[in-house]
Amino acid sequence: MEELIGLLAWGKDGWGDELATGAWLTIRLALATLPFGLFLGFLLALARRSDEPELVAAANVFVTVFRGLPELLTILIIYIGLDLLINEVVQLFSGERWELSKFVSGMVALGIVNASFSSEVIMGALKAIPAGQVEAARAMGLSRFYTWLFIVLPQLIRHALPGLGNLWLLLLKETALISVIALDDLMRQTNIVVGATKEPFFFYAVTCFIYLFFALASSVVLGGAERWANRGQER
Amino acid sequence: MSTVDITAVERPEVSSGRPWTTGRVVGIGVLALYALIAFFLIRMIVVNYDTEFVGRYLPRMLGGLWITIQLCTSAIVMGAVIAFPLALARTHTSRIIRGAAYGYVYFFRGTPLIAQAFLVYYGAGQFRPVLQDWGLWWFFRDAYNCALFTFTLNTAAYQAEILRGAIANVHKGQWEGAHALGLSKLITYVRVILPQAFITALRPYGNEIIFMIKGSAVASIITVFDLMGETKLAYSRSYDFQVYLWAAIMYLAMVEVLRRCWDKLEVRLTRHLKRSEE
Amino acid sequence: MKRPFENLREYPRWRKGELMKLLKLFCGAIIAAVLMTGAASAEMKKVRIGTEGAYPPFNSFDADKNLIGFDIDIAKALCEKMKADCTFVAQDWDGIIPALLANKYDAIIASMSITAEREKKVAFTNKYYNTPARFVAQKGSGITDTSPEALKGKVIGAQSSTTHSTYLEDIYKGVEIKLYGTQDEANLDLASGRTDLVLADSIVLLEWMKTKDGACCEFVGKDVTSEKHFGKGAGIALRKEDTELKAAMNKALAEIIADGTYEKINKKYFPFSIY
Repeated sequence: MEELIGLLAWGKDGWGDELATGAWLTIRLALATLPFGLFLGFLLALARRSDEPELVAAANVFVTVFRGLPELLTILIIYIGLDLLINEVVQLFSGERWELSKFVSGMVALGIVNASFSSEVIMGALKAIPAGQVEAARAMGLSRFYTWLFIVLPQLIRHALPGLGNLWLLLLKETALISVIALDDLMRQTNIVVGATKEPFFFYAVTCFIYLFFALASSVVLGGAERWANRGQER
Repeated sequence: MSTVDITAVERPEVSSGRPWTTGRVVGIGVLALYALIAFFLIRMIVVNYDTEFVGRYLPRMLGGLWITIQLCTSAIVMGAVIAFPLALARTHTSRIIRGAAYGYVYFFRGTPLIAQAFLVYYGAGQFRPVLQDWGLWWFFRDAYNCALFTFTLNTAAYQAEILRGAIANVHKGQWEGAHALGLSKLITYVRVILPQAFITALRPYGNEIIFMIKGSAVASIITVFDLMGETKLAYSRSYDFQVYLWAAIMYLAMVEVLRRCWDKLEVRLTRHLKRSEE
Repeated sequence: MKRPFENLREYPRWRKGELMKLLKLFCGAIIAAVLMTGAASAEMKKVRIGTEGAYPPFNSFDADKNLIGFDIDIAKALCEKMKADCTFVAQDWDGIIPALLANKYDAIIASMSITAEREKKVAFTNKYYNTPARFVAQKGSGITDTSPEALKGKVIGAQSSTTHSTYLEDIYKGVEIKLYGTQDEANLDLASGRTDLVLADSIVLLEWMKTKDGACCEFVGKDVTSEKHFGKGAGIALRKEDTELKAAMNKALAEIIADGTYEKINKKYFPFSIY
């Protein structure tokens, strides 16, 4: 057992620092994906609620496809396919080759999946805001923008937070699949460490507990955020 | 003047139809983009069509699809069996039982499926002598069993939470009513609470099955030749991107068929809750 | 009490001039960025090298996560001769050719065998080493004959997308084959008894059998040979259109062999020549 703990040491002989850099990349990837996914999800939700059937259809196709594909497949398709596509297009204009970094491909793939799910959550939250609120705001002479900013958005956040919190936890776990495109996240670093040390059970267990810790920390933060969003609702 | 004054001729009014709002333009633009992508993908499949290639890999991929279906079905069913006592344990009066159930659920919901699969598969390999002593090695020797084992435990945790939420959601008055009628606790559960809980649980349950289908692609990483495994094998030998497209279509078809069936099922099971047509 | 939305109208708004200024700044930044990347590509020749990092003693990571091994040393020697600025990119074996084709790097130096099947997709330099493939099994397994008929009912492991996996698929029909993402994983399963044999490169297996976990196992049968499957040894894979780089690599390869650099690297890892 002591021997195993020793393997977690920092520096040249231990693998602790390798796991830490992996964990750091996992966090960075999840944090970078989140705003992208949320923004896209928001646009998708608006599109799906629009009056224009073409826009609704376009958004629905997107959501159906990326909600139904396994994340593993989405990641591979984006990593290989999007790159091929971009290069085809770029080659039309110039001879330069173009490269999408692994981090960006991973971010795009996870963001697209996340957006498909968060559009559902946001749509539900939008539905929960009574139409009278918007009408009243407009009647008070607020511009469309300010109606959004001060009337709709705060309530949207309150209604959507629990669902989005779940999606954040899902996203954290999905980052592990990025290891298949050899981005050095926590999962892949663990695989490398296991390859070198031949201690699969110990290191996979350690990694599981790191993910658990992330989930725990996230739920604390999310709990706080929900309390903050609901501060006007206390009785 | 005998010539007609051109400026005076009225042009017939063109029927304007629906206005071209930004939303409509964007929608049509995106749909056109889809059509373009679809065209390129179909062209890629047609141009690269190779009877030998298709004959070689398509049957294997269909075999993989079958494995995926088997794996998911068994995991969901066996997970449900575990989930039920687990859901009850989550609300048990004993703190220890409640805590243990909570720990189990938290672990499986808080860690990635892929990490769990690695932990079970290579972890079991490491503990072979122990497992052999217990007579369990034959089970863990097979990658398929390891995947099934992991998926079952994983989905059980999720299903337990769905069930717990659904049971808690049943109105307290239902318990009280059943009690007033003199029904025993067991009968109340089986005949009153669970049927109502199942209806609440239906939608999240459908989602869970879809997540399982998608998540099962992870099995390919621990050497199971499921749909994803066969796809990766085919790709590694041909480097032909279209195998991923086939796989995507198969997964999408599976999920969509399930979703539609589930919607039908939900409509049917909740028909007594619908108000008559106005 | 202050009413909540009283002062809304007074919130600052963008004036037209300001917005244009911001827009110009933004566009300027984008143009500058594009120009800079354009300029950077004209500098000293940059070569990105893809490798696996899970194939000791040829390429692997040390505990500081630096790439080490025979392939890496050869790559560094070649880069020095070509006067190129080389960077390494680690990539899982399964996706190593697709990533080359998708321009994630310019060359694969990862003990890749030169086979006809791969030559349909990528170009290869001349070989830089050649070692035979062999089977290993647990000690005392009693396996001596490694023909497909004799191994019926056994389970053979190999790394996926390798020449070994292709060979097994083609020749050992009717024998159960398990494919792994890395050689390490295949070895782990042989040690734990999930598979009965592993087919892999003899040097890689030899290195593994020196370790604590590899002590379980021994070579069985003779060298496995098949020109069609295992090709003419390991080469450097490049995109077909990069003919210039191929010529430069081949020239550098000839140079390090001629001036003894290759021999030095060879000696560092193996007591015998693997060329």
